[in-house]
Amino acid sequence: MAGTAVRGRLTWQVATVAAVRPETAAVRTIEFEIPGWAGHQAGQHVDIRLTADDGYVAERSYSIASAPGEPLQLTVERLENGEVSPYLTEELRPGDEIEIRGPIGRYFIWDGDDASTPLLLVAGGSGVVPFRSMLRHRARIGSNVPVRLLYSAKTLPDVIYRTELDMAGDGADVVYTLTRKQPPGWAGHSGRVDAALLTEVAWPADRQALAFVCGPTAFVEIVAGELVSLGYPPDRIKTERYGGVGAP
Amino acid sequence: MSPISRGFHGRHRDPDVDPSRVPPGQYVTTDFPVLSAGPTPHTPLENWTFSIKQGGQTARSWTWQEIRDLPSQEVTADIHCVTKWSKLDTRWQAVSLDTLLAQVEREAQYVLAFSDGGYTTNLPLADVTGGRAWLAYGYDGAPLQPEHGGPARLLVPHLYFWKSAKWVRGLELLGHDEPGFWERYGYNNYGDPWREQRYAGD
Amino acid sequence: MTDRHFGPDDLYGPDDSALDGNAIAGLLHEVFGTEMTTAQTTCAHCGNTALIAEAIAYVRAPGTVIRCRTCTSVLAVVVRKQEMNCVDLSGLTALNAG
Repeated sequence: MAGTAVRGRLTWQVATVAAVRPETAAVRTIEFEIPGWAGHQAGQHVDIRLTADDGYVAERSYSIASAPGEPLQLTVERLENGEVSPYLTEELRPGDEIEIRGPIGRYFIWDGDDASTPLLLVAGGSGVVPFRSMLRHRARIGSNVPVRLLYSAKTLPDVIYRTELDMAGDGADVVYTLTRKQPPGWAGHSGRVDAALLTEVAWPADRQALAFVCGPTAFVEIVAGELVSLGYPPDRIKTERYGGVGAP
Repeated sequence: MSPISRGFHGRHRDPDVDPSRVPPGQYVTTDFPVLSAGPTPHTPLENWTFSIKQGGQTARSWTWQEIRDLPSQEVTADIHCVTKWSKLDTRWQAVSLDTLLAQVEREAQYVLAFSDGGYTTNLPLADVTGGRAWLAYGYDGAPLQPEHGGPARLLVPHLYFWKSAKWVRGLELLGHDEPGFWERYGYNNYGDPWREQRYAGD
Repeated sequence: MTDRHFGPDDLYGPDDSALDGNAIAGLLHEVFGTEMTTAQTTCAHCGNTALIAEAIAYVRAPGTVIRCRTCTSVLAVVVRKQEMNCVDLSGLTALNAG
C-alpha cells in the first residue's frame, strides 16, 4: 500500500524519461520509469534533482499528475525566467535521466476512503496538477464522492487537461474561470476567484466538505480566506502554495 | 554518483567571464536572483529612518530625505552570494558608510546591521569603512526594488552578499562581535568569498 | 535549495516567495527520517499551534526558514552544510510528529 511509502528512508532514485506529452503551449507532462517506484497517494509530490556536467545542481518539487497505480507523471509549466522549467519542458527527452525522490507528503492527500465527504478543489493555474491525480484516483476506485473543481486560468488555451476535465464523469463538476481573456461566446465565468464565485460554486458549509486549494501563494491566501468567510472550518481547508514569479 | 542530466546547464553559463573575477565555487549569472528569509517589508518612506546606535542609544539618525541629500556615488561591483551565484558589474547608487559613520564619535570595533523584519548581520567596523561599504538605494539606474532590499540596503561587495543586509534600518556599534541571523544558523562570521568562508569553521 | 514548482505569475497580483511546509517535506523527511508535514508545531513566540504543512516556508535563501503563520517569528531553520543538515529548532516549544 502506498502508505508505507511515507515511512522509512527517502532516497534519490534515478528516473528515466519514458514519454513526454504537450498539454498547452507552455505546459508538458513527462512520464518516468523508476525501478522500484513504490507508488503514491493522490496529492503527493516528488523532489527532482538535476546535475549539470560542471557539477551545478538544481532541485525542484512537482506535484504528481498521475493517479495511484499509474506510472509516475509530472506536469511542468515553463516559467519565463525559469532555470529548470525550460529544460524540463523543452529539452528533456525520452531516455534522459534525472533524479527523483518521493513520493512526499502526508497532508495534501486524498485517498477517497471517506465516501460521504464532498470534495472542493480550487486550482490556480498549474495548481490543478495534484487535482488531476485526485480525480483520476476517484474514477479508478469507482468513488461516488461528490466533487467540484473550480479552476482559474488566464485563458482557455492555458487550461491544462481540458479534454480530460470536460469528461470528468458522474458527480464531478468542473467550473472554469478565465481571468485574462475569454473566447468569443464564452458562457463560463470570467475574472478572479472571489467571494461571489466561491459562494456560487463551493459546497455550502453545512455539507462539511473537505477543501483543497493549490496554486500561487497569493491565490491560495485569498481563496482560503474566502472559504473561511463562507463558514469552512480552517482545518477543513488544505492548502499547497506554489511560489510566484520573481524567483530565480 | 548522480547522473548528469543531458543538456541541463542552469542559468549560469557565461563563457566570456574572466575566471579571475570568480571566487572559488561560484557560478556567474546574468540574472539577479531574489533570496529572502522572511516577508518583504514595506516601510513607508515618511516613516523610514537610518540610525547608528551605540551604547544602547541612537547616536545619529537620518530621515529618507536626509539620506537622499547626502553626497552619493555610482558604485560598480561584483557580488557573490553564498548560494553560489555571482553577478558581475552590478551598478548601484549609494551613500558611502564612511559618510554616515563620520558623523558619530565611535569607540566600537564591530557593527551589527539591523533591518526591517528582524534580519541582522555582523561585520568588523574595518570592513564597512575605508570606501568598502555603502547604503544603496538605487540599482541599475532605478530605485532599489523591495524584493532586492529597497528602499535601501547595505552594499558590502567584498564579502558574501548575505552581509549586504536588505531593508537595512541601521547599524549598532559594538565592542564585541555579535553574530547576526545567518551567522547564528551556521554561516561564517566573516564571509570572505575569496577564501570560500561560507560556513562556521571554514 | 529546493523550490516549489511555480504557477502563473500574474493571476493574483504581486509575487510572493512565501511557500508552506509542503514545499520542504522532502528536506524535513531527510532531516527527521520521517514524513513531517502533519507534525504539529508550537511557536515559542506566540504559542500558536499549527501543522508544519501550514507554516510559512522560505526556500530561496542561504537556508530554509520556517515561520509561524500567525506572528511570522522563526520556528526553525535548516542550513545545508556540505551534505549535512544543520537544524535549529529553537523557535519551537513543541514539535509533535503525531
